[in-house]
Amino acid sequence: MTQATATSIPPATLAPAPRANVWRSILDTLTIPVLAIFTALVASGLIIAFTAPTVLELLPTFFQQPGVVLGTMWNTVITAYLALFQGAFGDWGAILQAVQTWSSTGDATELWRALRDPFESLVAATPYIFTGLAVAVGFKGGLFNIGVEGQLFAGAIASAWLGFAIDGLPWFIHLPLALFGGIAAGAVWAGIAGLLKATRGVNEVINTIMLNYIMFLLTDWLLSDGGPLRGSAGAPRTPEIYPTAYLPRLLPDPVRFHWGFFLAIGAVFFVYWFLWKTTIGFEVRTVGASPTAAKYAGIAVGRVIVLTMALSGSLAGLGGANELLGLNHYMVAAFSPGYGFDAIALALLGKSNPFGVLASALLFGALRNGATRMQSVASVPVDIISVMQAMIIAFIAAPEIVRWIYRLRAPAQQEREVFARGWGG
Amino acid sequence: MPPILELRGITKRFPGVLANDHIDLTLNQGEIHALLGENGAGKSTLMNVLYGLYHPDEGEILIRDKPAHITGPRDAIAQGIGMVHQHFMLIPVFTVTENVMLGDESITNGVVLDRKKVAQEIRDLSVRYGLEVNPDLYIKDLSVGIQQRVEIIKLLYRKADILILDEPTAVLTPQEADDLFQVLRNLKAQGNSIIFITHKLREVLELADRITVLRLGKVVGSADPKSTNSAELARMMVGRSVILSVDKAPAQPKEVVLKVEHLTVRDPRAGDAVNDISFEVRAGEVLGIAGVQGNGQTELAQALTGLRAVESGRVTILGHDTTHATPRQLFELDVAHVPEDRQQDGLVLSFPVEDNLVLNEYYRPPFAQGISLNFKEIERAAAERLKEYDIRTPSIFVKTANLSGGNQQKVIVAREFTGPIKLLIASQPTRGLDVGSIEYIHNRIIEKRDAGTAVLLISNELDEIMSLSDRIAVMYKGRIIDTVNAAEATKEALGLLMAGVQQDAAHAPEISPELKTEMQDEIA
Repeated sequence: MTQATATSIPPATLAPAPRANVWRSILDTLTIPVLAIFTALVASGLIIAFTAPTVLELLPTFFQQPGVVLGTMWNTVITAYLALFQGAFGDWGAILQAVQTWSSTGDATELWRALRDPFESLVAATPYIFTGLAVAVGFKGGLFNIGVEGQLFAGAIASAWLGFAIDGLPWFIHLPLALFGGIAAGAVWAGIAGLLKATRGVNEVINTIMLNYIMFLLTDWLLSDGGPLRGSAGAPRTPEIYPTAYLPRLLPDPVRFHWGFFLAIGAVFFVYWFLWKTTIGFEVRTVGASPTAAKYAGIAVGRVIVLTMALSGSLAGLGGANELLGLNHYMVAAFSPGYGFDAIALALLGKSNPFGVLASALLFGALRNGATRMQSVASVPVDIISVMQAMIIAFIAAPEIVRWIYRLRAPAQQEREVFARGWGG
Repeated sequence: MPPILELRGITKRFPGVLANDHIDLTLNQGEIHALLGENGAGKSTLMNVLYGLYHPDEGEILIRDKPAHITGPRDAIAQGIGMVHQHFMLIPVFTVTENVMLGDESITNGVVLDRKKVAQEIRDLSVRYGLEVNPDLYIKDLSVGIQQRVEIIKLLYRKADILILDEPTAVLTPQEADDLFQVLRNLKAQGNSIIFITHKLREVLELADRITVLRLGKVVGSADPKSTNSAELARMMVGRSVILSVDKAPAQPKEVVLKVEHLTVRDPRAGDAVNDISFEVRAGEVLGIAGVQGNGQTELAQALTGLRAVESGRVTILGHDTTHATPRQLFELDVAHVPEDRQQDGLVLSFPVEDNLVLNEYYRPPFAQGISLNFKEIERAAAERLKEYDIRTPSIFVKTANLSGGNQQKVIVAREFTGPIKLLIASQPTRGLDVGSIEYIHNRIIEKRDAGTAVLLISNELDEIMSLSDRIAVMYKGRIIDTVNAAEATKEALGLLMAGVQQDAAHAPEISPELKTEMQDEIA
């Protein structure tokens, strides 16, 4: 029988800090999303090819002239995607030409026209960033905020009202006031759902959906004929806000790029700092991960739920204010094409990480913006972008499909983690 | 006769650790071979290698004298190896038959599932091995013990004759464990070979034909259960002599720390869970609360620690009225709490170990300045606690879910025992842990007592109560029916109290049959 001497493992010697291999882990994290996007592009390409009228016409003759049919399909897809990418990232040929015109004649009109598209992608991404962050903050706190769309409306209405109802303020007071109005309105609207959940245990999913309806109908009423916020014009909309409340544009017409984008980037860093570097953020994440453990640890769970919802709503509200003060300058009933709902997918895509949300929002913004050009140049319906987004999300939600397609091995991470469990018994 | 299964020089390395170091193991046909070792000794890693979940860095596996290349569970099953995991892989809303045929469906006419045939096969297996499983019942309606048998049937149905059971008794009551042992003996008698992984000494001695002991990834020896004993096995497992009973000096009780007066706690489902209880715990003593599970101990602990509302009565800690205090207020009064359900209440499993080590203290200096967290301090304190409490984890950044139960409990103990604690409320502090961890935690509790902490210990393990407590209060149906001096208490007397029988009472109540069995389990 073996009689070994007492040796326990000194844990310190077993601790190679796993934070060292940051690049490796970033690479691991990015593999799946990048491949998912690529796969979705290929699959959408097939859909475009098989739905284009020119291709459908030729398809019965496939066996007589396969080369021609395949060539047409290829051309259709290439034309569509070229338009998509030029719409999203700019037509760099045109931009270079415009630069030449500008340097030789001093006329920059062409240049700004050419630069409109790439900047428009950022403009389109901005509301996605805000709403995506709003959903992500909720997820981190264990709350499913489906009411982002309504909170976005709340923020937009509040900032519109502050924008047109008060005259004579200098911009450095009027603009922040309108922005804060949007933040506050979003926070209050979401806070109601949080309060109901914390005090009465009402599920926030039901709550926020109902609050959405209330907000949409409230908007309709406010803007209806004779409604309190109805502008004098014939259309159902508010009066235009005063220019002192505008989020200033940074570049000449027709580039619509405005300060809101930088507010959004600021919000990304703020959310990151808040969630991971502050005690309150720690509480939010603890409640999200385990409410029972949070209670045990002395965290006032109810208060944190209200706070999380309010923060989530304030981001959505700021998003609404930002769109209104930066672009529309007045409130309409069809204010948003569904930013608050797309944001749920977006937060999932970004794994509820603020920087992940930023990346996904930039992608969605670029796709949405490029789609407009794709429709006008290649007559491919804008809806194909929704299909593409849906596929990207499906592939990311089911990474096994992507791994199977590309014959990837499960990440080494997995074996390491299982081991740590096994090692502990 | 050659062994049915042979492992030769199996080595498995993980970053920073040698989990299995040249392990040799043989399994003969028709034997029960116990693999004994502390949590973290490498038992599960070895079995995962055998089951094809890990690929060994060195070494080979021979099955029936032929080299085998196992690349996954499917291969393992094809070779006749089956494994029952600690956590079952069953679908609750499916019947036993459906679960058994899942992944290996028996089909007639091309598409129709042949449930009848499979059900008949299950009945046959059930009769043959004395499993007593009804194939038509839904999994969700079965007890844990029967569910485990369904897992065994799944393997037998797939013609496995080498069975691996990973800590099978961890989830069972003592009675269910005894039944399982009978099943395993039947399986053995009919020629099956079994590897039984455990850290419980009693089970090994009772069941195994051969014992192999692992420590720190190496085989440290083997033993014959007929000629060895608990103390010797424990020494091999831990690497030093283990004192199976706690060595402690007589208590030096001082001032009253916790005072409970006429406390009543209501459980919405079951009326008064705690009914008019009064007691005191003094600095420097351990008051043990004994009782059969479900007699109000859980609710008492929750009420005292601010997790459950108090209906009536009064709780005072060092002169402060804490009847309705929040967990945070209690923490500020230097009250430590080891919760009964460590995974639900005590830890956030998805957080790294460092966060869990400061889970109740994150909000105040030195870990926070204003609202901003000071990670340098958190990491420093975490590393220190890791070392002091010998928590086995590759680093403080590992997710807590990936630690073993024993190490998870040590994380809680490290967090709760740090600092000058005045009152310690420990609920089931060693449930499910191995000998080494139990000894460690017991010693820490006594250390705290000797340093002047008042300890309220709540446990279903009568042995634990008797070895740690200075006084023992017995709870029965929400009341404390008696408090006795630990030095004078006997198992038999406590067992009677736990069943609700007061010795001096003139009219002792009748004892129901279930209570009697529960009582006997506790005494055993």
